[in-house]
Amino acid sequence: MEFTSLVFYLFSAILVLAGLRVITAKNPVHAALSLVLAFFTAGCIWMLLEAEFLAITLVLVYIGAVMVLFLFVVMMLDINIEELRKGFWDNLPLAALVAILMVLEMGTVLSGSYFDYAAPLAKPEGYSNTKELGMLLYTDYVYPFELAAVVLLVAMVAAIGLTLRRRPGRKWVDPAQQIKVKRGDRIRLVSMAPQKPSASKADEEEEA
Amino acid sequence: MIGLSHYLVLGAILFAIGVFGIFLNRKNVIILLMAIELMLLAVNMNFVAFSHYLGDTAGQIFVFFILTVAAAEAAIGLAILIVLFRNMRTIDVNDLDHLKG
Repeated sequence: MEFTSLVFYLFSAILVLAGLRVITAKNPVHAALSLVLAFFTAGCIWMLLEAEFLAITLVLVYIGAVMVLFLFVVMMLDINIEELRKGFWDNLPLAALVAILMVLEMGTVLSGSYFDYAAPLAKPEGYSNTKELGMLLYTDYVYPFELAAVVLLVAMVAAIGLTLRRRPGRKWVDPAQQIKVKRGDRIRLVSMAPQKPSASKADEEEEA
Repeated sequence: MIGLSHYLVLGAILFAIGVFGIFLNRKNVIILLMAIELMLLAVNMNFVAFSHYLGDTAGQIFVFFILTVAAAEAAIGLAILIVLFRNMRTIDVNDLDHLKG
């Protein structure tokens, strides 16, 4: 057996096992860690497909950011696992039937001769997948690229807006209101004639 | 020799695992989100495999955008999950019946 075939089957086995672990693990933290393993293995398989940039992006962005976010949330929530696991295997027969049928159907369709493409030729020396992607991304796909940036911005604003906690009864001054204040709002100058305190009044106060 | 169909079948298996997970974990929202991530990974696997075998880099650009949208989806989904837990002290899907639909 060729070495790349061996690597492919090894990584596929790890990927499928990690995927099964994600959906059956009792502890959500274990599920998240299995998903990390699944993403990493998928990155390795993408390396076999000569998609280096995406493989590294998957590891850096997906494992480094999204999965760490998942782990944070899973560890932050204090959930009752026993309650959630109740009736876990009730749907197993139907679920297994649907999943196995899906795999069999797709396997039948996909393993036909229609998808028998010849392996592509080896890329010339000095070829860079990252450079190629960059050339395409900043020319043909520059508007989708900017839209993707807007999508990320909207997601960030939405995530912050959703989880921002407004506590009632908090003492707080709006800085804008403070800055807007004019001198005239706080001080009132009263013009009045100078006057002497009367002598009799001063005496009374001394006696008191 | 590993051909395109091997990768496509691997993607199909991953997708089926995602669907399987949604059937099994219909109570736990966190695992539901993770199953969705698995299904997205399966789709990305197909895109990368086709891109490699057809010699068209556009497929990898699509994966790039799918990754972006999936990251946004995960961020908003987890934010909703946190608000949900803060208000109801549970993430059980069966308890989310306030709309009486």
